[in-house]
Amino acid sequence: MIVRISGEDQYRLDPAHDGRLNELDSDVLAAVEVGGEERFRDAYTRLLEFVRANGTPVADDDLEGSDLILPPSDLTLAEAGREFTGEGLIPD
Amino acid sequence: MPGLTGRMSTVVKAKVSKLLDRAEDPAETLDYSYQKQVEQLQNVKKGIADVVTAKKRLQMQESTLQQQVVKLDTQARQALSGGQEDLARTALERKNVVQSELQGLDTQVAELEDQQQKLTDSEQKLRAKIEAFRTKKEVIKAQYSAAEAQVRISEAATGVGEQMADVGLAMQRAVDKTENMKARASAVSELEAAGTFDDITELGSGEDDIDRQLKQLSSAPAVEDDLAKLKRELTAPPAQGAPAAQLGAPALAPDASGAPAEGSQPTAPQAPAEGGQG
Repeated sequence: MIVRISGEDQYRLDPAHDGRLNELDSDVLAAVEVGGEERFRDAYTRLLEFVRANGTPVADDDLEGSDLILPPSDLTLAEAGREFTGEGLIPD
Repeated sequence: MPGLTGRMSTVVKAKVSKLLDRAEDPAETLDYSYQKQVEQLQNVKKGIADVVTAKKRLQMQESTLQQQVVKLDTQARQALSGGQEDLARTALERKNVVQSELQGLDTQVAELEDQQQKLTDSEQKLRAKIEAFRTKKEVIKAQYSAAEAQVRISEAATGVGEQMADVGLAMQRAVDKTENMKARASAVSELEAAGTFDDITELGSGEDDIDRQLKQLSSAPAVEDDLAKLKRELTAPPAQGAPAAQLGAPALAPDASGAPAEGSQPTAPQAPAEGGQG
């Protein structure tokens, strides 16, 4: 699976990591629902770190699309909230 | 995957496929996509230039404010040694405000630096992908039947399209950040205009609007600390015995409060020993 961290790189991740990725994503979701900038920041940083640490960067001239796109690392809690409610970072 | 990661993927995919629907003829689609990519690359270059300009503007403001800090500090000393405590307090209040503005500017410059770096990296990646796409489109045109070409095109265009969408987002965020900074920058300009006192006696008793605002803005305890510190520096007898000790912590020693005094700025050379001022 190819995961892009917006504003950074694309990473190729072994399918074996899917489970952990899902858990981390759920943590972020929970943090957004509860609110609290710090908890959200922690959870989101953990998700991004996991991708960076376990993925292999895709070459710049590789034209493969990503299976998953993660918002930029400087995403705020408010922006994350909007991602969920439909009015996301990138307008439809 | 649901959660945070789902939506952006969906939106970007939709954008890319919209791009591909433009033309029916594969060759036309390819050329159109390529043309769009090159346009986007130009936009990115312009975006980077805008960020650099904004950063330079802030850095110029920073150096002006740094000069003001030094000047106001000198003026506070002059006022105090001339027995004009109120005037010294006013100068220190201004210095206090200018210093906190400086801290704000530091953060903003660092943020812009970060944006600039990200955009430059993105531009490089986009350029590499466009180049790969250019090569690939010629291969596709030459080698594949229309039906097969359609599949290959969509594969190739997805990679570039995604990068384009990503650069677009990065640029939009950079623009938002610089817009936010503009409001603050104009507040700083006002502060610059208020400036230091050209003539130390100029302020006299009459307070102007800026002075009143500054008083509200500045944190009084910090100013009082500065003032007390300055007084000690100006009145302290020459250090007992060892002059070498002055180098370490000028004037901080007798501070009973133990609070880390604000504003121990680069004015250190004005050591207690010189307090007499001739």
